[in-house]
Amino acid sequence: MTDSHSGPFIAAIDQGTTSSRCIIFDRDGRIVAVDQKEHAQIFPKPGWVEHDAAEIWRNVQEVVAGAMVKAGARRDDILAIGITNQRETTMLWDKRTGQPVHNAIVWQDTRTDVLCKQLGGEVGQDRWRRETGLPLAAYFAGPKIAWLLDNVEGLREKAETGDILFGTMDSWVIWNLTGGVNGGVHVTDVTNASRTLLMNLEDLSWNEEIAAEMGVPLQVLPEIRSSSEIYGEVTGGTLGQLLGGVPVASALGDQQAALFGQTCYSVGEAKSTYGTGTFMLMNTGEKLIHSESGLLTTVGYRIGDQDPVYALEGSIAVTGSLVQWMRDQMGLISTAAEIETLAMSVEDNGGAYFVPAFSGLFAPYWRSDARGVIAGLTRYVTKAHIARAVLEATAWQTREISDAMIKDSGDDLVALKVDGGMTSNNLLMQFLADVLDAPVVRPMVAETTCLGAAYAAGLAVGFWNSTDDLRANWRRAAEWTPNMDPELRDREYKNWLKAVERTMGWLED
Amino acid sequence: MAKHIQSLERAAAMLRLLAGGERRLGLSDIASALGLAKATAHGILRTLQHEGFVEQDPDSGRYQLGAELLRLGTTYLDVHELRARALVWTDDLARSGGEAVYLGVVHQQGVLIVHHVFRPDDSRQVLEVGAMQPMHSTALGKVLTAFDPVAHAELVDAKREPFTARTLTELPDIERVLERTRAQGYATDMDETWEGVASVAAPIFDRHRLTVGAVGITGAVERMCRDGELRPELVAAVRDTARSVSRDLGAKPF
Repeated sequence: MTDSHSGPFIAAIDQGTTSSRCIIFDRDGRIVAVDQKEHAQIFPKPGWVEHDAAEIWRNVQEVVAGAMVKAGARRDDILAIGITNQRETTMLWDKRTGQPVHNAIVWQDTRTDVLCKQLGGEVGQDRWRRETGLPLAAYFAGPKIAWLLDNVEGLREKAETGDILFGTMDSWVIWNLTGGVNGGVHVTDVTNASRTLLMNLEDLSWNEEIAAEMGVPLQVLPEIRSSSEIYGEVTGGTLGQLLGGVPVASALGDQQAALFGQTCYSVGEAKSTYGTGTFMLMNTGEKLIHSESGLLTTVGYRIGDQDPVYALEGSIAVTGSLVQWMRDQMGLISTAAEIETLAMSVEDNGGAYFVPAFSGLFAPYWRSDARGVIAGLTRYVTKAHIARAVLEATAWQTREISDAMIKDSGDDLVALKVDGGMTSNNLLMQFLADVLDAPVVRPMVAETTCLGAAYAAGLAVGFWNSTDDLRANWRRAAEWTPNMDPELRDREYKNWLKAVERTMGWLED
Repeated sequence: MAKHIQSLERAAAMLRLLAGGERRLGLSDIASALGLAKATAHGILRTLQHEGFVEQDPDSGRYQLGAELLRLGTTYLDVHELRARALVWTDDLARSGGEAVYLGVVHQQGVLIVHHVFRPDDSRQVLEVGAMQPMHSTALGKVLTAFDPVAHAELVDAKREPFTARTLTELPDIERVLERTRAQGYATDMDETWEGVASVAAPIFDRHRLTVGAVGITGAVERMCRDGELRPELVAAVRDTARSVSRDLGAKPF
């Protein structure tokens, strides 16, 4: 490139669902080096998904060392390390040996479905919604801890004596980075803790009553800290030689890290990450909003001892994966990008609407009895119209979540910041701006998740002084402005909602 | 009767032999079916294999039609695929170069803009994806014409409008520029399409070394140039980006 990078830098570790990565950033928030390594997905039974946490820790050490080499960086160049991670994935380890007692149970794993139903009892899945912001669902960490304690032999006894530690992947990585069995710190941050079903959103502390009901002994739980502060220093092991003494200074769940990396620091600012599924988060500031529309309430981030910033979260199960389905199951396209070519060969959807409720409808409906529907079919409809309907489905689902957020928060959506693979689809991004009637903006650094972790770590060590500094780093790579006749938009939205209606109640009992 | 090249005839016969359904044949089957010595058949098969027209099953050692053959005829790079592959590299070019970046492909008699990254200064800018640029005067157009024979043929027929006093419109003049473009591996546009605007562009190749598009950076002459010349670091950055995208598309290092 035209300019060479020289330190100081911040390193960010992204411990993700399929791989672990390390990205090194410079002061302008530009990427200096990346290293990445995939880990095994373990499927012991249908619906079960596990990771080997020992493999993950090995990979994390490798990618950090790899990124250092690629960046040509020395210890003194790295001012801090930040961490972002797959959320809710749960593990327990023995604090005397440092060994995991079982594979980590991944967020997608559904083994705790029955347990969650039992815990809900008469009240149902909203039993602890008021306290935690979450419905009782298999994703979240608390019930996974209970499952491990009840199903791994002798574990509950060991846990009661205080030898067992629980962590989401942030805790596991931080504990190992800071010395492991030799004095590693056992902490988690507010965003990760807010996905356990065990934390009070109000005062950010463990809820002893819920923990007792769930059968989770308090002594396994880590200390809840902010997302941006020095938890400890890199100590011991292979990384101790390479980076000994470097502060470990941030932790954020991946979606919250993306919110932070997209610099959504003001109330009403929102980001949406378009991958196989989509996660949209809106900053609601110091207001803790209990959703009336089926959104989750979660902690957005907390910087040091400042007030926590809350967020509303809506997720869409099927977006990019619908395009993959068109490619792999239907064979209508040979690469994901071709969906745009096919869709652009026609002017509109030809009256067709595709609601991909493949495993039910998520926010704002939460209907597990729904299944996918293509509505409005006539002889006129071609595969190109269906391709268009596929892309439009992602935009309309975003609109539904955005409507729910606006309703719950009372704030308007000023603009939507987007990231993820589907942002390379120009037709989709324009249609998204059209149906939201708000500008859609893509930032220049696509790696918003790692960037968020780096930003939070850099703030903690004074590499950046304030969120204003970080905003100044943010660069717009593209912006799509709404350009749709309001009447047409309303008519199309009505049709979409009619199609959604038709997915419900497909499964009986 | 016209004389035909025997080895090509034999290769064609082999492909027809392998084409019936999902067939896998061993070397001796192929040799005997076509009445060839095994060594001869093997030599032809190895050449076909090298081109990707035939594949050998690693377990049984039998031959079957190669994926490359199936791609023939439908083989063009989807422009949206090109954009998806180029995204990170073009973002980085805009960021390091401090100017707007465009990705263009040949479309009819002009350059179709398939991707546009804003100049990173937070000023108001409009996305120009889908716009057309002229072939004879822009850096993107010159690169495409220099490296893609289809684009070159279009240029010869196209109306070559003089946009500024510096626009070249006569074919011999343009041909000289294209020659230089081929030799140096990039093209420039200084005040030739828009007054006060300069750009530099380089070609993107696929794995067959065919030109599938061009990437360029564009901005005010005052920022893009030094002492009347395009800044060499910008030229280098554009060529690095073109190489990175080409590598992602499977082009061998060059």
